Amino acid sequence: MIYIDIFVAFFIPGILGYGGGPASIPLIENEVVLRYGWMSVQEFSEILALGNSLPGPIATKMAGYIGYEVGGVIGSIVGVFATVAPSLILLIFLGGLLLKYKDSPKVKRLTLFVQPVIAILLGVMAWRFFSESYIGIGIWQTVLLVGVSFLLIERFKIHPAFVIAGALIYGGFLL
Amino acid sequence: MKTHWNLFIAFFRVGILGFGGGPASIPLIQKEVVDHYKWMDNEEFGDILALANTLPGPIATKLPGYIGYRVARTLGMINAVLATIVPTILLMIVLLTTLSQVKEFDWVQGMTAAVVPVVGMMMAVLTWQFAQKAAIGLGWVKTCIFLAIFFITLQILQVHPGILIAVLLILALSLPVHKKQKKNKEGEDV
Repeated sequence: MIYIDIFVAFFIPGILGYGGGPASIPLIENEVVLRYGWMSVQEFSEILALGNSLPGPIATKMAGYIGYEVGGVIGSIVGVFATVAPSLILLIFLGGLLLKYKDSPKVKRLTLFVQPVIAILLGVMAWRFFSESYIGIGIWQTVLLVGVSFLLIERFKIHPAFVIAGALIYGGFLL
Repeated sequence: MKTHWNLFIAFFRVGILGFGGGPASIPLIQKEVVDHYKWMDNEEFGDILALANTLPGPIATKLPGYIGYRVARTLGMINAVLATIVPTILLMIVLLTTLSQVKEFDWVQGMTAAVVPVVGMMMAVLTWQFAQKAAIGLGWVKTCIFLAIFFITLQILQVHPGILIAVLLILALSLPVHKKQKKNKEGEDV
């Protein structure tokens, strides 16, 4: 049953992604690229690029699109449901209880404990994107695109959507 | 009916204007919910945000869901969540299916190839931010040791990240709390 696989692939990032949607990106990649093999690293990064240039929460955009690609409209609904429902249901039903413990140091450090893992997963994913790019377009183009986009987004605070659009135009004409 | 319309409009705006992923849309949600529609005051909103941060998963769906539920029960919850996420999911599907139809052209392949390193860079920056956040709470020495241990666990021993995170969550809840950590306020502003 493909729908069960889609559910599992997005339930795991949804229930483990401490630190909001961005934290669940590498967990999603782990499931859809490495475990289920639904797409290549390149395809995943394309989806992520578009997701990053559009507004709205990233985790549901990824789940909605990947679910759609793998299992059609129902797949899309299953993916989004698996991303959203578990933590939302917990929040609504345990809200009162959690409110009592929200200042407890043990509860507060949940996110803290998970952050280094997310950092590793994100770092490894970034590395995979870089090596994918190295194989595809070579070292100099990769270094150029990484350097220029870094300066534009981080130094000059240009909106990522414009930088990605610029990269698309550059790639369309020159690569 | 009016309430549902308001919920829809409030979170539709949040979803369509919140560039930069869920955490970036928190101030937008606050503006709609506290300033504009006055469904709750700032303090309550802060409580709900802290509450949502104790749980995993995307913040930009937990907040609309919970607030929608508070304002108009289950239907309000569904309304608010869908208003936040559906518009951009539809955009994703339309744009990416169009893109994959023209995939065979050279210039499209060039376009997608140029995007990979840029996204890699964005993920590298995000990596740095998560490491920094961890270091604020744990200090750089501990953070580096943890990073090394987790790297070995994930990449060399090939442990599924879910298992590692589950173990860490259990440890976070069960290990005794040192006095130093009690004073620490880290972990609430994700």
